[in-house]
Amino acid sequence: MSQTVELTGQTGTVVRSSVVKKIVKNPLGLLALAILAVMVGLAVFANFLAPFDENFANIGKTLAAPGGENLLGTDSVGRDVWSRLVFGARTTLLSALLCAAVAIAIGLPAGLIGGYYGGKFDAAANWVTNVLMSLPGIIVLLTVRAAMGPSVWISMVAFGILISPGYFRLTRTAVQSVRNELYVDAARVAGLSDAAIISRHIFSVVRAPIIIQTSMICGVAIAIQSGLEFLGLGDPTVATWGVMLNEGFKNVYLNPLLLVWPAAAIGLTIGALVLLGNAIRDALEDADKIKAPKRGTGAAGAAERVRPAQGASGSAVETGTEHHLVKVSHLGVGYPQADGSVKKVVDDVSFHVDRGEVLGIVGESGSGKSQTAFSILGLLPEAARIVAGSIQFDGKYTVAPTDDRVSQTRLSEFRGKRISYIPQEPMSNLDPAFTIGHQLVTPMVRVLKISKAEAKERALKLLDDVGIRFPEKTFNAYPHEVSGGMAQRVLIAGAISCEPDLIIADEPTTALDVTVQADVLDLIRDLQKRLNVGVILVTHNFGVVADLCDRVAVMQNGRLVEDGPVREILRNPKDPYTRKLLGSMLEGKEPMTMLVSTGAPAAKPEDEKEAVL
Amino acid sequence: MTRTQGKPSGVENQGENLLTVSGVDVEYPLKGFRRKPFRALTDINIHIKQGETLGLVGESGSGKTTLGRAILGLAPISRGSVVFEGNDITQAGRKQRRSLGRDLQVVFQDPYTSLNPSLQIGDILAEPLGVQGKSPDAARKRVRELLDQVGLPSDAINRLPREFSGGQRQRVAIARALALSPKLIVCDEPVSALDLSTQAVVLDLFLQIQRDTGVSYLFVSHDLDVVRHISHRVAVMYHGEIVEQGTSEQVTRDPQHPYTQRLLLASPVPDPDRQAKRRNDRHELLAAQRLTAAVTA
Amino acid sequence: MLNFILKRVGAGVVVLAAISFFTYILLYFSSTNIARNILGEYASQEQVAAKEIELGLDQPLLTRFFDWARHAITGDFGTSWFNSESVVQAITTRLPITLTLVVVSIVCIAVVATLLGMAAAVKRGWIDRLVQGAAVVGDAIPNFVLGIILVTIFAIQLQLFPATSSIAPDSGANAWVLSMTLPVIALVINGVTSSAQQIRSAVIKQLEKDYVRTLRSRGISEREILFKHVLRSAAPAGLTVLSLQFVGMLGGVVIIEQIFALPGMGALAVQSTTMGDIPLVMGVVLYTVIIVIIVNLLVDLINGWLNPKVRVS
Repeated sequence: MSQTVELTGQTGTVVRSSVVKKIVKNPLGLLALAILAVMVGLAVFANFLAPFDENFANIGKTLAAPGGENLLGTDSVGRDVWSRLVFGARTTLLSALLCAAVAIAIGLPAGLIGGYYGGKFDAAANWVTNVLMSLPGIIVLLTVRAAMGPSVWISMVAFGILISPGYFRLTRTAVQSVRNELYVDAARVAGLSDAAIISRHIFSVVRAPIIIQTSMICGVAIAIQSGLEFLGLGDPTVATWGVMLNEGFKNVYLNPLLLVWPAAAIGLTIGALVLLGNAIRDALEDADKIKAPKRGTGAAGAAERVRPAQGASGSAVETGTEHHLVKVSHLGVGYPQADGSVKKVVDDVSFHVDRGEVLGIVGESGSGKSQTAFSILGLLPEAARIVAGSIQFDGKYTVAPTDDRVSQTRLSEFRGKRISYIPQEPMSNLDPAFTIGHQLVTPMVRVLKISKAEAKERALKLLDDVGIRFPEKTFNAYPHEVSGGMAQRVLIAGAISCEPDLIIADEPTTALDVTVQADVLDLIRDLQKRLNVGVILVTHNFGVVADLCDRVAVMQNGRLVEDGPVREILRNPKDPYTRKLLGSMLEGKEPMTMLVSTGAPAAKPEDEKEAVL
Repeated sequence: MTRTQGKPSGVENQGENLLTVSGVDVEYPLKGFRRKPFRALTDINIHIKQGETLGLVGESGSGKTTLGRAILGLAPISRGSVVFEGNDITQAGRKQRRSLGRDLQVVFQDPYTSLNPSLQIGDILAEPLGVQGKSPDAARKRVRELLDQVGLPSDAINRLPREFSGGQRQRVAIARALALSPKLIVCDEPVSALDLSTQAVVLDLFLQIQRDTGVSYLFVSHDLDVVRHISHRVAVMYHGEIVEQGTSEQVTRDPQHPYTQRLLLASPVPDPDRQAKRRNDRHELLAAQRLTAAVTA
Repeated sequence: MLNFILKRVGAGVVVLAAISFFTYILLYFSSTNIARNILGEYASQEQVAAKEIELGLDQPLLTRFFDWARHAITGDFGTSWFNSESVVQAITTRLPITLTLVVVSIVCIAVVATLLGMAAAVKRGWIDRLVQGAAVVGDAIPNFVLGIILVTIFAIQLQLFPATSSIAPDSGANAWVLSMTLPVIALVINGVTSSAQQIRSAVIKQLEKDYVRTLRSRGISEREILFKHVLRSAAPAGLTVLSLQFVGMLGGVVIIEQIFALPGMGALAVQSTTMGDIPLVMGVVLYTVIIVIIVNLLVDLINGWLNPKVRVS
């Protein structure tokens, strides 16, 4: 077991050092660290930096102006402001740390236990949390002070207890989010004890949020403590910034400058803590954000990526002057990077679709097939840029050759009216807060300019058309009340509701069970024939292509490698990549035989492909 | 209702079976006072022999993943028994699980969440070795062997999971499962999150490992093609029950249960004309099944 | 629906009882010298003893608590130990000032923070940087420090507002508004900066949802998507932020009232706790907690109305 601990620590340092580096590189983070370093310096070396004792009063020299032996002047009883400020730093910072320590000592273990085991302890802790969170802090602290006397330390311990729910909730949420992660299950299967699982797999998840929270909490503690002392409820024998504020406010007519020093000290310290918290957060988020796509592991294919163009351009489609429903010419889509370069995710892609025709765009994750489809819809992410080429819909440019973005005004003339969209994931594409009927009716009212009653009638008819057995019931249902297959039918009904000429379907059956997929494919085929629309079908599945498509375009790493009639591509693929994909299909293969390799376990093809990314 | 190939398991051949699951129910207690628990699995009977792969196929929510988890001790078994190598592990405690971890391992579906993102590959692979008390040096050596066995470079030891692609991560997960040379690996949809070409490579790896080490698999998948390709025998799950079980050939050529029949014809084939025929067959089957249902109702 | 409300009210009563009990225990330890404090230094030992018996201080803790609780249930919180004013009356004359301050501020915060947060999320650019920068500054300067700065500059130096705004019943509406302006500003600025940033993240999170893309594809205008769909889905997060602000403000207003010399609950709270006036402290704590419980219940009801999933269950 000692080995495990050692390894965890080792990894921890690696991660942490890079985060510290990032914080220091961030100007605001550096500033925050500098301010905090100064404050801590003041607190630690107060005895050397302060010329006077915090309570030494020179009655003969009250409210003196800054200068001379009193660097910042004196207060109403002749105490040196600079000395008090320096000693105040010590009390203030220590009490803030005490508060955070108490809160962590209560909240962290409670959150770990409650989050990991759940059950009765969790329920009880949650109840206490709710009670504590609905208590107004200052009122409670006033009561505590009445009971325990005016000690900074006692009120900070009490405040620590009051804000411990913050840590409890943070920890609990973090733990719950990983408790059922598969890697925790794997550790259980390996026989790790609960303590080992918590310390090895779970604590690392809460560490960073705890650090961020602590920097924020220290700021809040300083604010609350100063506020209490400002009320005159602090310990009068201890110099703190709050006491100084109180003192200054009493003399605001005589010397408002007395207010400035403690106020500035409070503002700077809390500000630095907040900035530090933000800098840590940015550094941590940065680590996740930048690294993942760069290494080419963008989760679930969200981050598309491209291989630098190699050899001949693959565009096989003529891009002449003939009229098509939609014509994509030499399209390039890219994402500007921090270093000024542009990462291309779609490169020199050309194809066209006519009415009554189904074009399949096939490729693996990262091939750029979805990005191509979204360019036609004008629904690319904010950061995306059109780096080359053009798109025409029914002879009009939606992306003109010089545009670097999809023109939303030009596209709004078509989108929802003549071009429509069927998404991949049925559930997340319906707004959970509105009924299915509402989500079908509104676009029709807006786009077709018909009355609500008329739109409802049409919606019911559409639901019937897409094979929903009780249209009225589904119309009134909320999305979470129907199954995934039903939700997909609803989305298809939405896509055809305004009688489009072109439907763009992005993996419309991937999230469905195989038997439901077959039904939905039947539905799309029937509707396409009946309405004679053009369809662009984005998919990774050659079976789906064979089922629906007239023509196919195969994409790899942002480029179109091969396209043509469906029978030609599926039966006589020319491009090696297409051949490899088709060769990976299991249908018709002899079971229990190797598909790509010849026996050696080091299967190279995949690695070759990935090595380039 | 169901056709179970051969004799009910657990009656005969108990000695030969590596794993025998008999009459298992899995129930999850629901929140709320005196609510009936949710029953995820009902009366499950399966067995797996040494060096054999049992494919488990079904739709989402059919309980196929739950069965895998129940065998691993990650789902609550309310009835029936799980016998592994002659030992009853139905309600194995932490200690028994620990020793069981040597022989019974798992590969999960999602290669992105099955590896702790903050641990290096070397640490991830050393985890099961450490639990079994291997010295750090011996663990390091074994980790190198494992990386080699699954076709990853040895410098992967000091890298983090996010530096690898989906297919490579799944190799790491397989290597972790192999670390203690187990006798049975529960594979829960291990290729569903992968691209087509990567899936083929990983399936090859599974087959190769079985040939080299004689390990058994319980291979869970929603994809009948995948299950047919890798399994000796296939069990079909539907609504928490096993509705059909038999050799791979029998179940995928001549399915008896209406659901299996529908499943077989639902999966599209990559040729327009053959797919058109399969589509027709499917429509005829659905019509026939509706008719039968109407008659029996 | 009614069931839900009853359940929540029941839970609220339990919380109230628990808080009363703990507060009472806490105060029990502070009440050792109370009789002496009330009577002053020169009272005789006998007088002090008599006072203690009169106040029931000789009784054991539990007897005292249940005695207090029995009366409290009927709405009788007793009288102040120091000036014999009825606790209920003392609170009800001051509560309006505090509630006005807090409610006006929270409404301003809700409106301004929502607009700023949405603008920052949608437009990005300078307004986004402004909101994010302001959040740091707002967090750095506690609202009472801001109050002090406002008083010093606008009341004392520029004399635009009354520095110590005492609200007498005969002062007109004008004076009332004038005296409320600075305290409200102090509370609002602080609340807006932190809430706007959180509303911004909530809106951005919703804008990234798949269904927003689908709505766009259906030809729904950006404005309708934003105000009808996104705002509604982001509202629960915003409400949580605002309810936390509200609770925080009930405490923070204590200091603000001291700075601006407003005779609200804050003054009462400070005064009663410094003197150990147990009936009054209990009254202040209970009223505050009741207000918090009501607000939380309202937030839950609105959330239920906004989210059909919660509504069904």
